[in-house]
Amino acid sequence: MTSTVLTIEGVCKSFGRNEVLKGIDLTLNAGTVTVLMGANGAGKSTLVKAICGIHSVDSGNMQIGDAPYAPATAADALSLGVVAVHQSIDDGVIPDLDVATNLMLDQLTKPGAKTFVRDRMMREQATEVAKSMGLKMDVRMRVSDLGVADRQMIAIARAMARSPKVLVLDEPTSSLSASEADRLFALIDRLRDQGVAVLYISHRMSDIRRIANRIISMRDGQVSGVFEQDNLDYEGAVTAMLGHKMTEVNIVPKISYAPVLEIENLSLKKNWPAFNLTANEGEVIAVTGLLGSGKSQMADIIFGLRKPASGTMKIDGRLYTPSSASDAIASGVFMSPKDRGNNAVVGAFNISDNMSLPFLRAFSNFSFISGRRQRRATTEMISQIGVVCQSEDDSIGTLSGGNQQKVMIGRWLLKPSRVLLLDEPFQGVDIGARRDIGRHIRDTAGNRATIVFVAEIDEAIEIADRIIVLNEGNLVGEHTNENLNLGALVAQITGEKAA
Amino acid sequence: MRNEDLRSFAIRYGFIILLVGLSVYFSLEASGFFSARSAVFVFQSVAITGILALGVTCTLVVDGFDLSIGSVATSALMLSAYSMVVLEQPAYVAVLLCLAMGAFVGLVNGLLIVKMKVPDLLATLGMMFLLIGLQRIPTQGNSIATGMSLGDGSTAEGTFSAAFLWLGRHRFDLVLERLVPVPVVIFLLVALAVWIFLEYTRHGRLMYAIGSNQRAAELVGANVQRYKIMAYVISGVTASIGGILLAARLGRGDIASGNNLLLDSVAAALIGFAVLGAARPNAFGTAMGALFVGILLQGMTMMNAPYYTQDFVKGAVLVCALVFTFYLSSKSSAARKV
Repeated sequence: MTSTVLTIEGVCKSFGRNEVLKGIDLTLNAGTVTVLMGANGAGKSTLVKAICGIHSVDSGNMQIGDAPYAPATAADALSLGVVAVHQSIDDGVIPDLDVATNLMLDQLTKPGAKTFVRDRMMREQATEVAKSMGLKMDVRMRVSDLGVADRQMIAIARAMARSPKVLVLDEPTSSLSASEADRLFALIDRLRDQGVAVLYISHRMSDIRRIANRIISMRDGQVSGVFEQDNLDYEGAVTAMLGHKMTEVNIVPKISYAPVLEIENLSLKKNWPAFNLTANEGEVIAVTGLLGSGKSQMADIIFGLRKPASGTMKIDGRLYTPSSASDAIASGVFMSPKDRGNNAVVGAFNISDNMSLPFLRAFSNFSFISGRRQRRATTEMISQIGVVCQSEDDSIGTLSGGNQQKVMIGRWLLKPSRVLLLDEPFQGVDIGARRDIGRHIRDTAGNRATIVFVAEIDEAIEIADRIIVLNEGNLVGEHTNENLNLGALVAQITGEKAA
Repeated sequence: MRNEDLRSFAIRYGFIILLVGLSVYFSLEASGFFSARSAVFVFQSVAITGILALGVTCTLVVDGFDLSIGSVATSALMLSAYSMVVLEQPAYVAVLLCLAMGAFVGLVNGLLIVKMKVPDLLATLGMMFLLIGLQRIPTQGNSIATGMSLGDGSTAEGTFSAAFLWLGRHRFDLVLERLVPVPVVIFLLVALAVWIFLEYTRHGRLMYAIGSNQRAAELVGANVQRYKIMAYVISGVTASIGGILLAARLGRGDIASGNNLLLDSVAAALIGFAVLGAARPNAFGTAMGALFVGILLQGMTMMNAPYYTQDFVKGAVLVCALVFTFYLSSKSSAARKV
């Protein structure tokens, strides 16, 4: 059963002076889900790209079964039975075409394919493929009308049509809700039973607990730990990845009664219930809930990107009715949005310009930017929040995800705010950077109200004085972050009545 | 490593080195190329396309495109002629009318794109078509010159005023007598202004941010719609300046001139991507791109290359510059990523 499918021995890869992989040895077995863990910059993505034929390796061997494996291109890797589904789902599907065409794309590119497409036959075949993968949507739907999870499943389903030996999944759940992720896991279970060797890259402990058969930890370009057998040592794996033990962050919740933001009878969407919430000065509130619970709506409404269905907001006792982001910023409400790649990072700019973007006016005299003042402010923030870089002049694209996120958070700490909103500030951030960011947010929280929107309970517990739970637009729970009743919290999040 | 250094050097300075090398080559091979008069001639030949190119650079910065610049310029040409020759207005009225027309067209372009959500290429293509047609209507498709007969049987009595012609024909003394023509001065001033605006003001910085990641710019509170509209207004105004200078040089409202303006100026702006390895639209690069084309054509003309090879040469330069920008810089950025 556990025959070795892919063997990697002593693989090294450097980019210029930068040694990224320093002799990796690992094996993938048939019918096994191997989870690859590693902090940002550990070399996970490079390893994955080497396996998928996107990067060539400098030295070392790879073998599939007993045959040497040295893919020159991604197409090469595909034909040798290695299939990857990458983090950004839209690389894997063509949104403007229907599900059937997406599933059958390979038929169209195959040499000797017919010039005219026979839609009916294709649909029949596609329906069969969909059924075999447990997909239930109508194959005539356009992919652009489907949710993220379905798109991902389609990408995987198409990959599976080649009956690959190795399937690589790179952070597949990073944009899925819990129920969507469950469907993905069910699919992975099915593939495992079919004998596919799955390499699964993730940060999320909950995913890892759910599906891992083996865990491989990477640290600094090397394999730092391999964990198998029935009782996987999760803590050991995290320790191997980080080089230090995962510690609980100890928070002594601050309780204050100096209202900054007062939300009254706010209904986030039509027909959703109204609730009240007060955010006090110096307090960090974590708002948690599942995808679709209204977290994003709430953040958008406070930042002026959406109108509430009803209700009022007050800041420092004055009525607050923002109609745009610039309104909100003028009232001292700042927001660091989720999904920094799409919503925050300006790829063409360096660190300094990225960080100071919202406050260019403050760094300008008569519209002319004062480079000196801008640099002084940003270099100070870079050292405070601990961005690892050569200088403030580095292009933002040269930073790892965690460091990019530090720049994006630092952006909104350059100037004092009354209310700071952080939507999923730990998305795609390794634990080290997460601790840095969390600490800095708490350290600077004194003169404002801070609201952090996070899906993961761990993250909420790490940062908040008070935890608010949303469920389908309603405020269903409120906890001081001390002697938490985790069971009750989880029950509120999932919407079950606590016993 | 040596290879990478070499490549980044090539990306950064290759274009400038090529420009210098070309100038040296022509200076040695074509007698008379290396002289102040010849240099000024190069500038003069690219002044108008250069001005248009600077405008289109602004729209490229916000990740847009303005195809209507050529037709805005010819419309300005016809409008200035019409206002002086037919309406018998003084020079300043003609100039103001043209600038207002350019700004208005830019505003409409911007509104079509921002409010009506028409894709930039299509909106400005439509506007181009519309203007080409519109500029023919008042004169029943004829060129405008003093003495032409009007629709109602009378003849046009107005003339191009001397002050207006000064814009296109006067030459300032600089070392040599009557050396630098007004359009060259205006070109340099516009280039300087656009360069300072894009590189050193927060408005320019925000426009680059919009071009790179519009959503991010929105979420830091930038008024994206206003900046986009502003880019098209700038483009419209610079195009109308180009048209005014063209009219002042020609001295008549020639319906057929200015055909090549759009292609030439877009080419200059795109060649500009390659200058100093910017890999993005920038005012300095655009000006250099325009000059590059000018030097090449001037040198070739002096070496007796036939005029009908010019467009081919421009096209070849453009394709090379684009390869330079996108292929080489994509390779180097791929290498930078870990």
